[in-house]
Amino acid sequence: MAFVERAAKGLLLTELLSGMWLTLRYFFRPKVTLNYPYEKGPISPRFRGEHALRRYPNGEERCIACKLCEAICPAQAITIEAEPRADGSRRTTRYDIDMTKCIYCGYCQEACPVDAIVEGPNFEFAAETREELFFNKDKLLANGDRWEYELAQAIEADAPYR
Amino acid sequence: MPKLTVNGREIEVPAGITVLQACELAGAEIPRFCYHERLSIAGNCRMCLVEMERAPKPIASCAMPVADGMVINTDTEKVKKARNGVMEFLLINHPLDCPICDQGGECDLQDQSMAYGYDRSRFHENKRAVTEKYMGPLIKTIMTRCIQCTRCVRFATEIAGVEDLGLVNRGEHAEITTLEKAIDSELSGNLVDVCPVGALTSAPYAFAARPWELKKTPSIDVMDAVGSNIRVDARGRQVMRVLPRLHEDVNEEWIHDKTRHACDGLARQRLDKPYVRGLDGKLRPARWEEAFEAIAQRLEGADPKRVAAIAGDLCDAESMVALKDFLGGLGSPNLDCRQDGAKVGDGPRFSYLFNTTIAGIEQADAVLIVGANPRHEAALVNARLRKRFLASGLPVGVVGEPVDLTFETRHLGNDPKALAELAEGRGAFAEILEKAEKPMLILGSGAVARPDGAAVHALCLKIAERYGLVGEAAPEGWNGFNLLQRAASRVGGLDLGFLPGPGGLDTAGILAAASKGEMDLVWLLGADELDMAQLGSAFVVYQGHHGDAGAHRADVILPGAAYTEKNATYVNTEGRVQLGRLAVFPPGEAREDWTILRALSERVGARLPYDNLGDLRRRLIETAPGFARLDQVAAAPWEPLPDSAGTELSSAPFTLPIDNFYMTDPISRASATMAKCAEAFVLPKQAATGTEG
Repeated sequence: MAFVERAAKGLLLTELLSGMWLTLRYFFRPKVTLNYPYEKGPISPRFRGEHALRRYPNGEERCIACKLCEAICPAQAITIEAEPRADGSRRTTRYDIDMTKCIYCGYCQEACPVDAIVEGPNFEFAAETREELFFNKDKLLANGDRWEYELAQAIEADAPYR
Repeated sequence: MPKLTVNGREIEVPAGITVLQACELAGAEIPRFCYHERLSIAGNCRMCLVEMERAPKPIASCAMPVADGMVINTDTEKVKKARNGVMEFLLINHPLDCPICDQGGECDLQDQSMAYGYDRSRFHENKRAVTEKYMGPLIKTIMTRCIQCTRCVRFATEIAGVEDLGLVNRGEHAEITTLEKAIDSELSGNLVDVCPVGALTSAPYAFAARPWELKKTPSIDVMDAVGSNIRVDARGRQVMRVLPRLHEDVNEEWIHDKTRHACDGLARQRLDKPYVRGLDGKLRPARWEEAFEAIAQRLEGADPKRVAAIAGDLCDAESMVALKDFLGGLGSPNLDCRQDGAKVGDGPRFSYLFNTTIAGIEQADAVLIVGANPRHEAALVNARLRKRFLASGLPVGVVGEPVDLTFETRHLGNDPKALAELAEGRGAFAEILEKAEKPMLILGSGAVARPDGAAVHALCLKIAERYGLVGEAAPEGWNGFNLLQRAASRVGGLDLGFLPGPGGLDTAGILAAASKGEMDLVWLLGADELDMAQLGSAFVVYQGHHGDAGAHRADVILPGAAYTEKNATYVNTEGRVQLGRLAVFPPGEAREDWTILRALSERVGARLPYDNLGDLRRRLIETAPGFARLDQVAAAPWEPLPDSAGTELSSAPFTLPIDNFYMTDPISRASATMAKCAEAFVLPKQAATGTEG
């Protein structure tokens, strides 16, 4: 009997047809693939992408050189040097992140008491040379200025869960 | 000895101590802010509350003396709640600015609120704000952080002896104030250490580093001859700060401001490559081989009698023994480690040591100070004298310039005449010395550097013998004769015999010969306090770490290592051998000093027989066996000295060797912090010269 059944299945092409049917069904469903550079998927407010140093709305940089991010960084990617600024406040003179060392764990933004260092939504910062991935303070502050709206939105969205 | 029970454990403790100390002895940790072992008891922070049986409420353990049969509990629910409550009160007005506070990471309040505090505050009103106070160039104040423990007030009045600090007002308005006056004490840096919070922080170190990123190296200070135990904190290749390390017999837990804050001088004016003076008379950078070649050319065929070496104030014993052996290999007897021209050192060992020992000061019952200002020459010796004065009203007589030592002194005269009178038993102070059981005499290093230094020294020995400071008349084990050295290298140099050999010249002789053109080569091992004009046309090799007077005059400069950059041995004024350790590597091409001499000796064909530090230390111990006894003071036995003939006592008044405490050596002269201190504390006191604006 088994022989007859197998022969009937083979002759009637049922398996082929069921495969074609599946294809046909997916043909009319919404596509999951993205046309990447022109289309992007949604990301969580907690997404940990490229770092940025934020400023207060009055333009004052937030970072106070407490060095907690440097201390907690498991990859030791952060280097900070500080000294009193002319007005006596505590500020960094150097804030470097080696993005080739960074493992994007997000501990730095967890440790930051003033929400200065954050990992933003940007993940498109590939570079052609290593040197371009050694971010200094100017680069990080520029990132902050560029992404401030998104960063503020993300922090606000995540605030209820903190 | 009272017996008490702490947490169910019975313990016997010495009478007269407090419950807090008894609990510590029993192994129970008590949190505290205002209590400090070396200060008087204030009992105002209330953090040390413990429960005592039959007491209606928790007691402040720091202010309660122990009594027999006490039953103390430190881990009950009631104690925990009491601590929680006190902590909450303390934090009412303390700002939450730990991230920008320099004390962050080493803060008592931070640690104890983690261990004993609540996790939240119930205080919703505004915190108070307090204006900053001016405390001079070394101390930065953020008075809002102050918790009114008054440790600083007590330190300033009791240990530093300057009554510049006080607590004014009460309740919420209480604040520490200086009345806008810089704290003029050479121990002021310790205020930062005693402050349990970040109200007083180190101004030169402001925001520079965090405690967790520093590499800590235990070492020895060389700014004076006390040999204070220090901890060198370095980040990368830079020394960030220097802190005291506990040593009960030397510096207790204090250091003076030059030790603490001259470390920024280690990064300035450094000699980081060899230099050779060219034909145009200008120094130009050179390679090591070139520098060695220039020296070797001079040494080739030179008469050993026309070669000399002088060691400076900051040298370690290793480099001095290497230089001594190097000159010995050349056959030159002209070497001296006394660049100030002191007339002591060739006698028995006790004659140039602080024999009483620093801890021994606490047994003295009369002190005669001759031609010294211990406050500037050895601030921690002065702190001990003050401690003894406060404990027993120690009578102190001063011969020499009248100085403010922070305690009562009797001025006996300015010149050696007063000393001669004392030697004959005349005057009121003679009676005090006569009656004293353990009298001591402190002879300044400046007094023996006078032209009649040998006579002053002999006269002081005579006084010591007359009043029973030394010898059979003195109590068992007591030696009251002290020479207070002020150069870290001096005792080490004298111990290993860095002195003129047979027929050799001393410092004055070397300089005299050089100015007459009778010296071919003079080797300055970190010697900067000489009159360089007297070196005449001699070929000068300067081996050292800072571009100071010596380097300016030098024909060849060999860059060496400063005290934080080498593993080295120092002997303090008591004769205590201590090891300094390498905290950072020397800058640029600079090398440890003995390795330079070892390399050069090979080049000139008189190879020194040691290839590593172990061999060198063995050679050091061979030269002077005392170097094998680390951190011990071997008593130097007293012996009567033969009458020194040929030296006459002059009638010139004693002068003090240090007029600017903040700038006494190449490191402190290169330090910007020390320059600020000199500007704040020394210049206003110096009389106007008439040349300024």
